[in-house]
Amino acid sequence: MSKIIVMTSGKGGVGKTTSSAAFATGLALRGFKTVVIDFDVGLRNLDLVMGCERRVVFDFINVINGEAKLNQALIKDKRIENLYILPTSQTRDKDALTREGVEKVLNELSKDFDYILCDSPAGIERGALMSLYFADHAIIVTNPEVSSVRDSDRILGVLNSRSRRAEQGLEPVTQQLLLTRYDPERVEKGEMLKVDDVLEILAIPLLGVIPESQAVLRASNVGMPVILDEVSNAGLAYSDAVGRFLGEDIEHRFVTPQKKGLFSRLLRRSA
Amino acid sequence: MSSASQVAERDVPFQLRGNSFTMMVLKVFAPTSPNFFTQLNVKVRQAPNFFHNAPVVLDFDDLPESIVFDLGAFVAQVQALHLLPVGFQGGPQPVREAAMAVGLTPMPSGRAAKLEEVVKAPDPRQPDQQTPIPAPQVLIEVVHRPTLVVTEPVRSGMRVYAEKTDLIVTSSVSPGAELLADGNIHVYGALRGRALAGFSGDTNARIFCHSLEAEVLSVAGNYRVSEDIGSDFYKKAVQVFLRDGVLSMDLLKTA
Repeated sequence: MSKIIVMTSGKGGVGKTTSSAAFATGLALRGFKTVVIDFDVGLRNLDLVMGCERRVVFDFINVINGEAKLNQALIKDKRIENLYILPTSQTRDKDALTREGVEKVLNELSKDFDYILCDSPAGIERGALMSLYFADHAIIVTNPEVSSVRDSDRILGVLNSRSRRAEQGLEPVTQQLLLTRYDPERVEKGEMLKVDDVLEILAIPLLGVIPESQAVLRASNVGMPVILDEVSNAGLAYSDAVGRFLGEDIEHRFVTPQKKGLFSRLLRRSA
Repeated sequence: MSSASQVAERDVPFQLRGNSFTMMVLKVFAPTSPNFFTQLNVKVRQAPNFFHNAPVVLDFDDLPESIVFDLGAFVAQVQALHLLPVGFQGGPQPVREAAMAVGLTPMPSGRAAKLEEVVKAPDPRQPDQQTPIPAPQVLIEVVHRPTLVVTEPVRSGMRVYAEKTDLIVTSSVSPGAELLADGNIHVYGALRGRALAGFSGDTNARIFCHSLEAEVLSVAGNYRVSEDIGSDFYKKAVQVFLRDGVLSMDLLKTA
């Protein structure tokens, strides 16, 4: 019985795809058979972040339309056992996503996989709705700024009213917050919202805080999920978040500025 | 979780759910009285919007066993006043049969559900003194309409309307969310969205909240935006009401 996770945010550019790639990789590293699906039809990016863009032949929409078999479209990750990517179409639009089609594909995947991770597009329209409709768990990706928080709040409302679990009166979709691009120094200066400010408005449990890091852009550009960068704070923070998702009790780190003493500066430089 | 059972569920073309509705009960004492419909009409005119097309249950419990009257014509006359008889309760057997024949639904006698009598009949003694004809008694009971209680956070973009009743939110209301109530609004968390009490014009409605950070406050159409709320009340426990037609705010004294 597989669990369906949606990575969503409402707002664009907050790090959904980065987080999806990192999270799926983290789950696979811990031995769970995981597939990550790109729901951003027409703006295909997940394949780039996962570094498999040159191996895409068939995609999610081909499978929905019955033009290809699921195992023709699934791409097996070359680095990690148990990790698969289902890329989307760059030439179609979100109307290609039908509820019946998505359900058929998810049902087929759930026979083989422990976790199905749906990478939602921005917005609250069809693509986003389809990606969250069948979810059991939702990870809300939010940046520490007011517009992102408001959009996350909106998407939480959508999850509570328009997901399958809500419509059928089942147990609600569990919701956790992943606060990304967090810069403790700017928070200290009052330029960014504090973790507590965000939690006060969204009122959902905190899954992790991912610090702003050069490593994220670097990893995306070379097509490597940042969680594989084991010396970066961002990579470590994602790894912690995956652990917490699986029920481990891990203390939050990277939420306060690192002390800028001479000693730590020297240490940093050598790192 | 996934698999066949859910698919099967989704293929069902409908969903059957229990629900409860609030209806008025029209207690009928003397359906043959010549004044019955004149008096009912007076009652209905007191609050035409409230009564317009309102579903009513006819209560025949107090009819004498021997009564004979044309139920079809009676129902038609009630309908002519824009009340919609949907069911009945009690009454002698012939009346019950006649009621079923004209399509009324027999309702279980829900005595305990009637909590308060809101609309009282006009004082029957007054017409008594003027006319020798004993006045027929028309009594309309308004069954208590339960307060709408929301325990989950009200998120941005959500809209909650407590129609003809009060609204209680035990959690916080996010910016971009909207609360509407024909009665009072209580928020036992932070009120960061919009709150419109007395939405249908009740100037006695009030808004109560634990932490006032609202975008818009309104009572019966008199509104104030967050810019005009003032720092004295910001993040405080406050009640909002109309004082001489002007939207006013008071700090709630907390023990």
